[in-house]
Amino acid sequence: MSAALRHLRYVLGENPVTLASFALFVVLVAVAVLGPWIEPYDPLATDAMHALTPPSAGHWCGTDAVGRDILSRIIAATRLDLGIAFAAVVLSFAIGALAGLAAGYFGGWTERAVGRAADTIMAFPLFVLAMGIVAALGNTTANIVYATAIINMPLYARVARTEASVLRQAGFIEAARLGGNGEMRILLAQVLPNTMPLLAVQMSLTMGYAILNAAGLSFIGLGISPPTPEWGIMVAEGASNIISGEWWVALFPGLALMLAVFCFNLLGDGLRDLIDPRRRT
Amino acid sequence: MGRLIWTRLLAAAPSVIGVIVVTFVLTRALPGDPAAYFAGPAATQQAIAEIRHSLGLDRSLPEQFLVYVEDLAHGRLGNSLSTGQPVVEELLTRLPASLELTALALVLSVAIAVPLGITAAQRPNSWIDHLCRIVSTAGVSLPTFFTGLLLVYVFYYLLGWAPAPLGRLDLAYSPPPARTGFYIADSLLSGDAATALAALRQIALPALTLAIFTLAPIARMTRAAMLSVLSADFIRAARANGLARRRIVYVYAFRNAMLPVLTTLGMVFSFLLGANVLVEKVFAWPGIGSYAIEALIDSDYASVQGFVLAMALVYILLNLSIDILYGVIDPRAAVSA
Repeated sequence: MSAALRHLRYVLGENPVTLASFALFVVLVAVAVLGPWIEPYDPLATDAMHALTPPSAGHWCGTDAVGRDILSRIIAATRLDLGIAFAAVVLSFAIGALAGLAAGYFGGWTERAVGRAADTIMAFPLFVLAMGIVAALGNTTANIVYATAIINMPLYARVARTEASVLRQAGFIEAARLGGNGEMRILLAQVLPNTMPLLAVQMSLTMGYAILNAAGLSFIGLGISPPTPEWGIMVAEGASNIISGEWWVALFPGLALMLAVFCFNLLGDGLRDLIDPRRRT
Repeated sequence: MGRLIWTRLLAAAPSVIGVIVVTFVLTRALPGDPAAYFAGPAATQQAIAEIRHSLGLDRSLPEQFLVYVEDLAHGRLGNSLSTGQPVVEELLTRLPASLELTALALVLSVAIAVPLGITAAQRPNSWIDHLCRIVSTAGVSLPTFFTGLLLVYVFYYLLGWAPAPLGRLDLAYSPPPARTGFYIADSLLSGDAATALAALRQIALPALTLAIFTLAPIARMTRAAMLSVLSADFIRAARANGLARRRIVYVYAFRNAMLPVLTTLGMVFSFLLGANVLVEKVFAWPGIGSYAIEALIDSDYASVQGFVLAMALVYILLNLSIDILYGVIDPRAAVSA
């Protein structure tokens, strides 16, 4: 364990970008957890006297069209946005990775069925499919999570399938089988842990994509409804102000969104370098 | 060549079937009763039952699926709930606007990303390589709708170079006579340079927004593919034989590096078609994306379903053409097919 920690410290020290993204990740999680305690104002409280004031010492990110403090709303939205993305990623990991592992390990009809399902999802432009799913299931936050999970599933299934089909022939799997372990036990106790590093990279990379997807859906008016603070909605609300020059209404939530996605993408790249230096591009 | 296209078409058939099944399932999973929807709030039970019968909703699911497939085969997608017009016609009149935007964005992003990737690969760790890396990471992290708004703020509000982000053409101009449906091409065809310029000014920002989003994966893949090809033995042999550097890079290396880049294009199209919806909303672009958003807000399911189906078919067609192009560039792929 200490060797792994030392390796981690070595890689992070070598790669300042990964270190920075890791620090940003810690900040994001802290903001999401601490949310209500660090908001300077109530994110839902309107104040018509101070509508559309530019950033100042009192309101660091300014106020929106009905006088709500934008910084407080950004902070409040962090928990919701990260929560949606995290739930979606965990869900698509649980289903996609298990289906992919089973496909790669058992082969045969399992592989064909999983492959066909993944291909069918991939036959759609993914954001468009997510729109269709939310339209069909109903316009709720939970359905945003399901739609985002479904469009990410094939990615996990592919990674897990490739890994499992290689591991199937490995000596230690053979040994586990000779030792009398059942197939399901081998799959969960031997194959799954050995594919975890690659799947973890995939999770970090898809987190960024999941955040973008959820924010995009709410930007076009699906899922979360105002006045709930959410980055995509906040940018949408600021869109009409930007033409008349009130840039701060859309800029700060957009920056928060961008920073979060950027953080997870960099983190994913860094994790991949850590686990598999050959794939570095 | 003909055989190649045939086999590719056959290979695309399962995707088409999958797409049709999924869009069917999506409409049947609708919350609520579509018949009650169509009948309106004041309808009696009997009226709803009649509508249910006329929509075929009282039949078994397999039967409904057959009817759905038959309608599709005749190009019927039902009528829009809010306008009463056939969905197919509405989609077709709006499709050229979306295609014009998407095609221009794709040309723009390839024109920037491919040279950037090639140059970066020739000088690893130079400033242009770092630029390529920054662009390719930042590009995928930028939400398209946010980039679009930033561009509007800078080029419309601050600099005043771009027109207001309100559709395909300024109100001062009338749309050119429709031939291709593409405003720039149509106005050039009818010799109206002023309108063509106005249309170009309207499309510049949305196309740039889309291009910024899609150039990242293309630049990244071009760089990676060029790097691995440039270190291959046949390049060293070409260099040892004294071939000009330009010839080695652009003829020998680039042709081989194009294959993985083409593969990436499939994924890029998926991004592009999705991002298109968001960009159309930002710039009030009257394409099928903003049509779908309006339909979503109105809970107009026939239109949404038609939109999803149309997008999926366009996507499958694009992937099909990539496959065929693949065979043209790499003759081995054509033989093994």
